[in-house]
Amino acid sequence: MSSAQALPSAVDLAPRTSFQGLILTLQNFWAAQGCVILQPYDMEVGAGTFHPATTLRALGPKPWKAAYVQPSRRPKDGRYGENPNRLQHYYQFQVILKPNPPNLQELYLASLDAIGVDLKLHDIRFVEDDWESPTLGAWGLGWECWCDGMEVSQFTYFQQVAGIECAPVAGELTYGLERLAMYVQGVENVYDLNFNGGEGDAKVTYGDVFLQAEQEYSRHNFEAADTAMLFRQFTDAEKACRSYLDAGEPAAAANDARHRMAQPAYDQCIKASHVFNLLDARGVISVTERQSYILRVRELAKACGAAWLRTEGGGAA
Amino acid sequence: MPDLLLELRSEEIPARMQRRAADDLRKLVTDALVERGFLYEGAKAFSTPRRLALHVAGLPPRGKDVREERKGPRVGAPDGAIQGFLKSAGLTSLDQASTVTDPKKGEFYVAVIERPGRDTIDVLAEILPAIIKSFPWPKSMRWGAASTQPGSLRWVRPLQSIVATFGPETETPEIVPFSIDGIAAGTTTYGHRFLAPNAIEVRRFADYVQSLERARVVLDPERRKDIILHDARDLAFARGLELVEDEGLLDEVAGLVEWPVVLLGTFDPSFLDIPAEAIRATIRANQKCFVLRESGSDTLAPAFILVSNLISSDGGMAITGGNERVVRARLSDAKFFWETDKAIKLEDRLPKLDTIVFHEKLGTQGERVARIASLARGIASAIGADVQLASRGAQLAKADLVTEMVGEFPELQGLMGRKYAALQGEHPSVCAAVEEHYKPVGPSDRVPADPVSIAVALADKFDTLAGFWSIDEKPTGSKDPYALRRAALGVVRLILENGLRLNLREDVLEDAFYVQKNRHVVVMSFSGDDDRDRAALENHGSLDNPLPGDLLAFFADRLKVYLRDQGARHDLIDAVFALPGQDDLLMVVRRVEALGQFLETDDGKNLLAGYKRAANILRIEEKKDGRSYEAEPDRAAIAASGEPEEQALSQALVAARDSASTAVMAEDFSGAMRALSTLRAPVDAFFETVIVNADDPALRENRLALLNALRAATREVADFSKIEG
Repeated sequence: MSSAQALPSAVDLAPRTSFQGLILTLQNFWAAQGCVILQPYDMEVGAGTFHPATTLRALGPKPWKAAYVQPSRRPKDGRYGENPNRLQHYYQFQVILKPNPPNLQELYLASLDAIGVDLKLHDIRFVEDDWESPTLGAWGLGWECWCDGMEVSQFTYFQQVAGIECAPVAGELTYGLERLAMYVQGVENVYDLNFNGGEGDAKVTYGDVFLQAEQEYSRHNFEAADTAMLFRQFTDAEKACRSYLDAGEPAAAANDARHRMAQPAYDQCIKASHVFNLLDARGVISVTERQSYILRVRELAKACGAAWLRTEGGGAA
Repeated sequence: MPDLLLELRSEEIPARMQRRAADDLRKLVTDALVERGFLYEGAKAFSTPRRLALHVAGLPPRGKDVREERKGPRVGAPDGAIQGFLKSAGLTSLDQASTVTDPKKGEFYVAVIERPGRDTIDVLAEILPAIIKSFPWPKSMRWGAASTQPGSLRWVRPLQSIVATFGPETETPEIVPFSIDGIAAGTTTYGHRFLAPNAIEVRRFADYVQSLERARVVLDPERRKDIILHDARDLAFARGLELVEDEGLLDEVAGLVEWPVVLLGTFDPSFLDIPAEAIRATIRANQKCFVLRESGSDTLAPAFILVSNLISSDGGMAITGGNERVVRARLSDAKFFWETDKAIKLEDRLPKLDTIVFHEKLGTQGERVARIASLARGIASAIGADVQLASRGAQLAKADLVTEMVGEFPELQGLMGRKYAALQGEHPSVCAAVEEHYKPVGPSDRVPADPVSIAVALADKFDTLAGFWSIDEKPTGSKDPYALRRAALGVVRLILENGLRLNLREDVLEDAFYVQKNRHVVVMSFSGDDDRDRAALENHGSLDNPLPGDLLAFFADRLKVYLRDQGARHDLIDAVFALPGQDDLLMVVRRVEALGQFLETDDGKNLLAGYKRAANILRIEEKKDGRSYEAEPDRAAIAASGEPEEQALSQALVAARDSASTAVMAEDFSGAMRALSTLRAPVDAFFETVIVNADDPALRENRLALLNALRAATREVADFSKIEG
């Protein structure tokens, strides 16, 4: 109580009034469901799914529940800060539950209620959307979740990750935080979102935090990113991934067949994927080459997934 | 008579799969029942986003008793045979079998197997789980903790509950006793997710439908469609607007709601600068909403119809407001695409087509455009269209594929190209060709009539066909991934419905195929100048590339399908195609028509009968003699010593064949038929009086040759051997 009173009086952490309030509410909601609340993975990724807490932990028999915010980078979606709906860097809130509980839809709806979406007032719909990540060799069935015609989340039952059947199946929820916040706050332009819940001078907007970054990174992604370096980095990451996988193999004489370096290898797969996205945004990858780059990343993901299954976390005894 | 009620309640089923799934459920259950001898009075299946339901009415409470006699081996047969018989008949010893004496076979064993009819409910308890476990969803999934088990249930989305009851109307029905992966069939279900969250108990179909209705679920998709359509029309009408009806969208939307609530939203009229088709595409594809137009006009209104799944406490204000915001954002995007696209000329987009692969083995879209333009010029000159305009139309035809708008809404291809072409001041025929070169896309689609459009449309289709033929990607059975049948039918319709004279082989296909076979040369040398391109081909290409005969046969097949749909006789088409060199589709059709009319007349029927008789005699005698009688008859001998009827036929044949041939040359097929009709009387008279198989071998041979001359004369117009009847 005393700490709450210590806040400046103008700050309101309700999801309706602050972006961070929305995040905190979702974290609390899923923490109460027994999820570990993780922090973002410390690498550039295109989506929360890339976080090893999803990609790797979705594999193998061990139960797993986690929730976290993941900053996601989509270099091609940059619009120099001029489009009110599109960003090259945005936040996803990711929930992964393995195996999926039987009432996952109800839990999801309760989480919407928690962030202030009145289910008696708003039209929530589950619209078919079969999710696939060609680079991760992953697919699942599920929906786009619509709130009054707007897609606010992705809901997926993972069937395969890294080319490996999920057993058991995990349920994945991905909330597009900016969109959801725009909806809840009633704001038309993402940069107008109230970030901290302050009013007047105390108010910090999403634009205050990210507009300059959007402009700078759009320039970088489309105009400046050093393609020669990126091509090198792609090849390096690919090589490093392979060599870490090799290095993680147990010695021939060892009586323990478990793999010992799946996660560092997977980091390089993440790296290759992001570098590819940057090259793609720079327009230096032709249509035919594109497919082969995607396949190369997928091969890495598959090898890392297979290695992970041979680790303790992957369920290997 | 008892009824079955089955409900399979799941998480949201994709709208596009619901109808088919309901049909499959009905068919699988009723087929399984009938197969086991259980007949029923009626069956109907229903679907909502969250359930499949089936009502089978008028089933017997139990199956019929079955008595079967099974014959066994004869008495005294080896022990192995006896044991096998006992085992297959389910007997433990021969005492349970009887013996029968047959006058021919002697004494043998017979087992009488009597099976009392089984209770229907027990049969259902076997059938239903088997059907559910192997249900033919186009895509299905595993879920939850059970998904670690091999063979765990797969369903389109997680299956939540099963209701299965069986019994007569007057009593409380029984639960069909089965369970799958821990889900036991019962009588509990749930209504609308938000409007009626409590469990409901159901017994049989009649109260099931009512209970659901009270729990805000309209079970019948047709009724949901009706509600949406009528409410949407009414709501539009009240604003002086009209609903732009859209059956496909209506189907989809009815599959997204259990309790349809129709609302009207508006958008800023300034968005109406965007082409109406693009507005409709974005509102339809992204928002699943209907557009509206001003009453009695084609102009779109700045409003749309949305269908929600909720009666909300604020009368739909928040829902409408939310949808309006999303529509606004979508239209802002569309407007941005439209403005961006307008800033770049179509021809400036062409280099980008060089980077888009059309097909791995057929090169890029850019190469394809070059080929189509080259073909279009050839076709244009063959059909009398403006060559320059056709070339321009072909060159711009695919440019809109790299516009923002078509990138976002592929279904607007062609149409957006036309709009951008018009904006940059292209000739109207070029604009039309850009849009219409895709046409006709199906048997009922409009066929372009502008000669420039026709030339480009034909070139597009010929290039596709020759291309896939050259890499041996032909349609097989039900597989036609590149829609080649549709392309060939498009060619047929373009030619026939525009009355075009085109020799497929010479005028087009040889060129098209040649260009495909020498693709690598065309790519490096294409200059837009036909003579230079031709020279390049001749220098670098392979000249030995015969047109595959089955490509022409493929057109013949499509033409047959087309003509059959128009009521033409299949055999007459075969009779004409059996003649050599039939690659002018219009002439083939004219000939088939003339032949059909001729065969309706008495002369035609009798001549056909005479032909068949002649052909029969020839076939038998040729087989007997091991030789053919294809030589010309010795007309001098006939004139000198033949019987009068024989002389008459000989003369008539010469005259008829000559005039039929002349008429065919002049494309006067009715005239050719008339010429043949003069043969009827002499042929009849000949068969009446002349004995073909005369004792004198020379005479016989000459008469057979005369019959052959009749066969040859009819071949001037068609191969009569293919004609039935």
